[in-house]
Amino acid sequence: MEVLKIATAGSVDDGKSTLIGRILYDTKSLTSDKLEAIEKTSKQKGYDYLDFSLATDGLVAEREQGITIDVAHIYFSTAKKSYIIADTPGHVEYTRNMVTGASTSQAAIILIDARKGVIEQTNRHFFINNLLRVKDVVVAINKMDLVDFSEERYNEIKADFSELMGKRDYQDQNITFIPVSALKGDNVVNRSENTNWYKGQTLLEHLEDLDMAAVSNIGTPRFPVQYVIRPKTEDFHDFRGFAGKVYGGELSVGDEVVALPSQTKSKIKEIYFYDKKYQTASRRSSVTITLEDEINVSRGDMLVKVGDLPSIDKQFTATISWMDSEKLKAGNKYMVQHGVNKVLAKVDAIHHKINPDYSGIDKEVSALGMNDIAEVSFKLNKPIFFDAFKKHRTNGSFILIDTKSNSTVGAGFILAP
Amino acid sequence: MKNTSHINPLENEAIYIFREVAAQFEKPVLLFSGGKDSITLVRLAQKAFWPAKIPFPLMHIDTGHNFPETIAFRDKLVKELGVELIVRNVQDAIDQGKVKEESGKYSSRNSLQTTTLLDAIEEFKFDACIGGARRDEEKARAKERIFSVRDDFGQWDEKNQRPELFDMLNGQIELGQNVRVFPISNWTELDVWSYIEKEEIEIPSIYFAHKRKIFLRDGLIWSHSDYVYQEDNEEVLERMVRFRTVGDMSCTAAVFSDAADIASVVQEIRDSSISERGARIDDKRSEAAMEKRKQQGYF
Repeated sequence: MEVLKIATAGSVDDGKSTLIGRILYDTKSLTSDKLEAIEKTSKQKGYDYLDFSLATDGLVAEREQGITIDVAHIYFSTAKKSYIIADTPGHVEYTRNMVTGASTSQAAIILIDARKGVIEQTNRHFFINNLLRVKDVVVAINKMDLVDFSEERYNEIKADFSELMGKRDYQDQNITFIPVSALKGDNVVNRSENTNWYKGQTLLEHLEDLDMAAVSNIGTPRFPVQYVIRPKTEDFHDFRGFAGKVYGGELSVGDEVVALPSQTKSKIKEIYFYDKKYQTASRRSSVTITLEDEINVSRGDMLVKVGDLPSIDKQFTATISWMDSEKLKAGNKYMVQHGVNKVLAKVDAIHHKINPDYSGIDKEVSALGMNDIAEVSFKLNKPIFFDAFKKHRTNGSFILIDTKSNSTVGAGFILAP
Repeated sequence: MKNTSHINPLENEAIYIFREVAAQFEKPVLLFSGGKDSITLVRLAQKAFWPAKIPFPLMHIDTGHNFPETIAFRDKLVKELGVELIVRNVQDAIDQGKVKEESGKYSSRNSLQTTTLLDAIEEFKFDACIGGARRDEEKARAKERIFSVRDDFGQWDEKNQRPELFDMLNGQIELGQNVRVFPISNWTELDVWSYIEKEEIEIPSIYFAHKRKIFLRDGLIWSHSDYVYQEDNEEVLERMVRFRTVGDMSCTAAVFSDAADIASVVQEIRDSSISERGARIDDKRSEAAMEKRKQQGYF
């Protein structure tokens, strides 16, 4: 079964939780006990409609404040696909949750309140999904029932949003506009009678038709070694298997590979998935590889095809999404976790910060605070093997770990060595 | 993989997580309850490390109120795997006066497991505890990370969780902290059952329809047993039932069912409209029941 991960973005009260609840309801994914709980609570609160947001707002604090404050995952499936929705908050303070949700998603839904149109936060929602190179974006223009399902209003918002699209860095992103009412159910799963002027697909029809290969980021094969398997049993006395996940492309038996950082060459001898041998390891499969030659490979090393080397360098420049209340400053030291590899890094320079409304950049910047997005150079204590993020989503990204608190304090997308 | 019929992204993700645990931690342990989710974890761990054995022990926090079928199954599985099994008993914590047995109509030992678990983590200095929780089970679980850091007191600070980006798992912790790891976070109940079917994984017999003495209370089907409090007017009936989830006898309700094999169980789950935790009596206590237990260190 194919699994499609979807990030959602919208401002407070744009109706994101309601939209997700509506999808669950109309695909009959809400179980009777959950539906019963929603009906009961909606009635208690005196609503004359079902409050679907109750299906997703999980934490006590959220119920008290009536807002979503952290990434929640919602699951449903159709005959065609399994879906995982990352429900990420649209609050201006919570950029980090949006970046997190988008990092594992192939598609995103950006919500716009039809009454309010494109607002400052819409810039941010779009910019982040573009920065993270989420392939498919649906702009759901919600609450159409409150603007009398006006085609004119829909076209106005579409035109405003298209202006943002001109500024985007990642031009290959597919963008689709859909007029919906999450509360009433128009064009979410079922086609609306109220928008006869709209000839496109409903939200679910669009997601159902997405080709998984087309929305995946395919690059060149990279195999970061996670773990070395040495059973030391009689049957497998000399077995040395390199366990890891294949990213970007495929690897096959007989492929000539280079181990990094040693730059030693060898050939792939066997590919195992559990106890069975295969000819080819496909993208994103967790396999165990053995090599023809006995070479020294350990966790954090990487196998790549001969003639297809990544950058091997002790410095790089990256776009950073800062996620911590302690500020990032030039000279600060962090642990960089690049895939499964960890190295110490020092902030060399902060070049510029992206303005919160994405109107431009600010070059006069000495420190980064929570939710800032900026271009930063790092120096490392040993080389890592990376690609630019735009070429390789996995091998071009990293996280920053605070060496004192051990927290994940930032995410980075490598621009160039 | 080519020449495989089926690539399962969830399976690949879980195997990746198991390997990260083995590489990033010194003393991991797999928490094994004998339920279908922890049995699925064991199969995934086998796949992650083959041809080597699973490189960490299994641990069962035994409430003493388990279904006998589960215990027999557990012992058989551990023998086949050739891995170490650690058992720690809730009864010991009760005898030592560390926890007080609940009494009354809804009494259960389920929440008492927390103390025994935390004691065992301290005793063995475990730094990673792998569990079979899934985000689709319950609303508070939906926000849980794959690597979820707990402090010295086993507490979950839901407002201060580490963001998890791409595939990168940050397992850096201080001495005294530990990480709860959930390799099948992204699986649904149906995903687990379909996997059990496809992989032909053996599971305890109580998951299949069988004749059992039961009684009805609050619309749920309770097992008639010495461990479960029963009022005089609650009539004992004998019916065909099965369990969708297997916890301790005092907190697991049955469903009426004729599904006697895995294929019919999968079909029943597909058709069913009551979520799995609907059959967990412990969650019915209040809207925020799970979140409260988690903050106290429950799995």
